[in-house]
Amino acid sequence: MSPLNPSQLDAEALYATLLAAVKAGLAGISDVAIVGIHSGGAWLAERLAADLGLQDRLGVLDVSFYRDDYAKKGLPAEVKPTHIGFNVDAATILLVDDVLFTGRTTRAALNELFDYGRPARIMLAALVDRGGRQLPVAADFVAAHVAVQPGQALVLKRDGDGKFTLTIEHA
Amino acid sequence: MLNPQLNKHGELQHLLTTEGLPKAVINHILDTASSFVSISDREVKKVPLMRGKSVFNLFFENSTRTRTTFEIASKRLSADVINLNIQASSTSKGESLLDTIDNLSAMHADMFVVRHSQSGAPYLIAKHLMETGQHHVHVVNAGDGRHAHPTQGLLDMYTIRHYKKDFTNLRVAIVGDILHSRVARSDIHALTTLGVPEVRAIGPHTLLPGGLEQLGVRTFTNMDEGLKDVDVIIMLRLQNERMSGALLPSAGEYFKSYGLTPERLALAKPDAIVMHPGPMNRGVEIDSAVADGPQAVILPQVTFGIAVRMAVMSILAGTQG
Repeated sequence: MSPLNPSQLDAEALYATLLAAVKAGLAGISDVAIVGIHSGGAWLAERLAADLGLQDRLGVLDVSFYRDDYAKKGLPAEVKPTHIGFNVDAATILLVDDVLFTGRTTRAALNELFDYGRPARIMLAALVDRGGRQLPVAADFVAAHVAVQPGQALVLKRDGDGKFTLTIEHA
Repeated sequence: MLNPQLNKHGELQHLLTTEGLPKAVINHILDTASSFVSISDREVKKVPLMRGKSVFNLFFENSTRTRTTFEIASKRLSADVINLNIQASSTSKGESLLDTIDNLSAMHADMFVVRHSQSGAPYLIAKHLMETGQHHVHVVNAGDGRHAHPTQGLLDMYTIRHYKKDFTNLRVAIVGDILHSRVARSDIHALTTLGVPEVRAIGPHTLLPGGLEQLGVRTFTNMDEGLKDVDVIIMLRLQNERMSGALLPSAGEYFKSYGLTPERLALAKPDAIVMHPGPMNRGVEIDSAVADGPQAVILPQVTFGIAVRMAVMSILAGTQG
């Protein structure tokens, strides 16, 4: 599929696409758990878990302690606690992020997950893929590929009713 | 003079004292610590933040507990820890403090955790590092003389926040040997910065230093009056080595007037928490029934202390000079 123009993005429609793909992809797999990467990925994971009936198999990761730019940037002003309330050993984990870009966040999340145990399998879902990979990372489920200018950031937001929007911000 | 703990961007460069530490910095440390608490419950109790960094524990004064918790915190951050037994090393051969520091810096130290019987020693080291352009090396004060013990102060704040949530409606009593206590000083500064409206100091005249009122602290020599309706009681260790001096009659006498018994604890609010920095002298400043009772949070303090030290070290190590 050809990359979308960011102004065409309807985050709610993209979520519906992602949910359908995930539902089909996870059919027949047992011991599934969902882990969202703070903060956008955690919102998506929360909603996916509700829609898939997996609320008791939901976790959230803040990868700040595993990032590779700590030596350059230090710790961020706000670090949220990671919470994995299920047994990671032998689980099939769906790792969820909002925007897949360089792959560095995914790398950090994988490292953190393995400090909780040895999953049977980890799959990656992202709402949008903006390309620009710096590591050999690919998503198993993605709702859209989007062309974003360098220096711009795609930001997922969630309003009071839980509805998603995607906006472009200058990084 | 500018706060020597902060760099020109207002970020934490060294941790020397809680005095003058901005509220935002304290909250950043406490918030970060809460993310470190759960790491100790995991299969792998480590994060890779300080991989490849070297932390030197320089304890010029003895301490098992503080040194151990710093060592555990460093190791859980994946740093390499070097414990120097200073009393048995070069200092006893006449090497000066700053020569010791320069030698260790030449071994590529990234952080010094310093305990010293002289107030101001960690400040002297931090100043020397800055003056010699070693902005990438950080200093953590692990207790200097009577001056400060900032990580103990911060872990006390973490503990209070954990149980009481909000600082702005609390009465906090600090009981015992305030005069010699760097813990009391660090607690008072941090409590005031975080907006605690009433801090009390309780102890005999001989152990209450002058100037507490100027810090906004109410002083009490009668413990029963001082404990009335408080939310938090911080007991201090009565230092046995001072017992023989003229400051106190005897340990037994002290316990009669200032020991925390169940009867005295009942004067505080029913949900008051009891804290102690350790090591405790049972039957001197605290009754076993209180120390082991449901209101004591003395062991959680130890657990939180590791997370708070991890937060301090990881924030410092991520700060550029």
